Amino acid sequence: MTVDLTQFHDAFFEESFEALDAMEAALLKLDVGSPEPELINTIFRVAHSIKGGSATFGFTEIASFTHSLETLLDELRSGTMPVTVALSDLLLKSVDVLRAMLRAVQAKQPIDTQRVSDLQFDLEVAIAGKGAPTAAAPVPAPAAGGATLPAAAPDVPAARSPGWRIRFHPYRELLARGNDPLRMLRELAALGELAVRVDAQMLPPLAEINPQDCYLAWSLELPGEVSEEAIKQVFEWAEGDCDLTIERLSGEAGKLPASPQPAAAMPVPAPAPATTTPTQLAAPRTSSTARASATAPTGATAAQPPRAESPAKAEASLSGFGDSGSIRVSVEKIDELMNTVGELVITQAMLSQLGSHFDGPDAEKLRGGLAQLERYMRELQESVMRVRMLPISFVFSRFPRMVRDLAQRLGKQIELKLTGEQTELDKTVLEKIGDPLVHLVRNCIDHGIESPDARVAAGKPAEGTVHLDACHRGGNIAVEVTDDGGGLDKERILAKARARGLVGAGDSLTDAEIHELIFLPGFSTAEKTTDVSGRGVGMDVVRRNVKELGGKIDLSSEPGRGSRFTITLPLTLAIVDGQSVAVGTETYIVPLISIVESMQLKATGVTRLSGQSEVLSFRGDYLPIIRLHELFGVEPRSRALHEGLVVVAEGDGRRVGLFVDDLLGQQQVVIKSLEANYGHIEGVSGATILGDGSVALILDVPGLIRAASMRAAA
Amino acid sequence: MTTNGSHQVLTFVLGNETYGVDILRVQEIRGWSAVTKIPHAPAHVLGVLNLRGSIVPIVDLRMRFALERAEYTAVTVIIVMSVNTPAGRRDFGVVVDGVSDVVDVNSAEVKPAPELGSRSATDYIRGLVSVAERMVVLLDIDRLIGRDLALSAGVDGEEALAASAA
Repeated sequence: MTVDLTQFHDAFFEESFEALDAMEAALLKLDVGSPEPELINTIFRVAHSIKGGSATFGFTEIASFTHSLETLLDELRSGTMPVTVALSDLLLKSVDVLRAMLRAVQAKQPIDTQRVSDLQFDLEVAIAGKGAPTAAAPVPAPAAGGATLPAAAPDVPAARSPGWRIRFHPYRELLARGNDPLRMLRELAALGELAVRVDAQMLPPLAEINPQDCYLAWSLELPGEVSEEAIKQVFEWAEGDCDLTIERLSGEAGKLPASPQPAAAMPVPAPAPATTTPTQLAAPRTSSTARASATAPTGATAAQPPRAESPAKAEASLSGFGDSGSIRVSVEKIDELMNTVGELVITQAMLSQLGSHFDGPDAEKLRGGLAQLERYMRELQESVMRVRMLPISFVFSRFPRMVRDLAQRLGKQIELKLTGEQTELDKTVLEKIGDPLVHLVRNCIDHGIESPDARVAAGKPAEGTVHLDACHRGGNIAVEVTDDGGGLDKERILAKARARGLVGAGDSLTDAEIHELIFLPGFSTAEKTTDVSGRGVGMDVVRRNVKELGGKIDLSSEPGRGSRFTITLPLTLAIVDGQSVAVGTETYIVPLISIVESMQLKATGVTRLSGQSEVLSFRGDYLPIIRLHELFGVEPRSRALHEGLVVVAEGDGRRVGLFVDDLLGQQQVVIKSLEANYGHIEGVSGATILGDGSVALILDVPGLIRAASMRAAA
Repeated sequence: MTTNGSHQVLTFVLGNETYGVDILRVQEIRGWSAVTKIPHAPAHVLGVLNLRGSIVPIVDLRMRFALERAEYTAVTVIIVMSVNTPAGRRDFGVVVDGVSDVVDVNSAEVKPAPELGSRSATDYIRGLVSVAERMVVLLDIDRLIGRDLALSAGVDGEEALAASAA
């Protein structure tokens, strides 16, 4: 039987990427000159555990690289090497390289060895440059199974009372005879401060391991007044299954410092036959780790004397970072839960509707129970929803590094302010909002913030500020990107738009209309295209992404004072606040976020343009009216505009009046995919199930406007 | 249909004809309930229904086969089937006049449909078979419905719109 290590790969990659994020964050916080020890420790731990993991899984390139990195970090940790800007750059680069390596390994693609070895060389140079490197730089062995110790540590305390040296070399079939070396070591540890050293030389390659066989041997030292009899008793049952030598330690012989705990964490000699208890499961992992350290893939690692490490720490490096009392659950499981809760909500709505028709002595009780059910359902739904929520800091955390790099490259001084990082939003939304935000921040730095000289000349501090803020607003989340740069240059935008024929020469535009221009595809006012931005593929993509999430983006700008982009997003993609509207016998849901106002029209409030399209006057604007019944081919209750209602809705920056028969009510609806079994319908974003079990379509206002204008054009 | 042996077929009635579909494709049989109309859909796609939480389109086979339209009553039946499309499995409801029986069909007894006129009219027919002296038309629902323009995967709204406008 061989242990399939690949099953742990995903966890390793996931943890390593998270760890690298943590390392990056710590590096960015690191003060040149007076580094905080805790930060260095964090950084060190990351390098160390990635090294351990990659050695275990046989990712030798990563192990070798992290080894060099770790050596360097150890110098920092011990304070023999100062933290300099160059060094922290080097370390940040190492993070990038490590990420790239991990990604390559994960995707089973070749590693860019040139880049790796270049950087590794730089690391080595940095280590060497520090002066005479201590010959025996104490580099921990990769996750050394928790219980190894130096053969002869020079700094042993003076000899104490003599003890015993035990050499325990079990035969392979020891385990089959029902003996458990782990138990024996534990018993010995109970007798005194046991020092354990494992000899894994006989361990065959993983593929050849027979889990039923014992391949390990141990050298043990037990100090203190313990009778030989007591020791022999421990091995009583193993007699004949092992070579056992017990000799008295002479007084001068170094007593090796080791706590009794390592024995407890000793790996069982070989993977026990697979069982499902967690402790047993840990065994194959630990023992293979021990093997990895015994035959460490890099010469350098093998040559290093392994250092005794507290088993707790070794354990931590395997099980992940930060003990925040959380568990890792796959998204599918949560989605399943969400779906089921969604169904429950619908069922509950159905029951409530049914319950309202009942009469009789118990009807009141029934309704009371149903009301309670509804309350609990809502709570359950919210809790489940919250499980999917993550703080936006997951997205914000990438910005410090990005801003630092960009500012350096562009020769600008920029301070990044992050607030509201703990604001939570749905994981799906979170994943999709990252790129648009990167675009925005990049634009702010490239176009918004002026060069230090220009800023000083304008009477502003040389250092510009980019502020990222997130907060909850009603059922939505608002993310703001603010800069104190030059603001939008309206003249230039206008000139550019005129040059491209987007705006007529004589047209005068409002500020809002000018702002709207920068969201057009291919629109860029940058005088030169930098590698940062200015190719004109940014803002339209940003807006499209935000739209896809059911959100909107607004812009305000003041010349010389800066600009602010506000992205408003729904908290979740699974549920939408909707207004039910009736058209004939059909019910449609209009997302509340797109509704501006609903009103009843007077017969005189409508103008017919050229006898065709109808226009309504709304707050000084003229809005086209879309008759939903015409667009969707439904028989309405009334075709007369003043007999129905008009919902003024907004989409893609345009407002329209949607003509419907009636408004029914507002409710949160669970979004169901129409595409799963059918396909996309223009003007419809999905469907939902109403309280009576029937299906209602959810309208997509921008799509409706597109569909309507297509019809008008046809 | 190349394998020998028998398989089970669910037969149903549509007008004067009996049709059959592979029983393994049948998800469930349910009574008629009002559907929600879908805009821009082909005429034979009546709308969508809530089938235990998923939204399932309903096709009227009478209209698909250009038969005279029947009234939907309490005894009208919807057979929910799964269809393989290029984009994966999709569930569909099919409105029929009534469900008849489940019969064993020996593959060797299945005769190919005679080619009459245009191929497209018959290529969704897998074959004909005699069951208890009645002719049963075995349907290839992947072709019948899976390839149905607006319904098949990968066809986006615009094409569906164009098709329905045409």
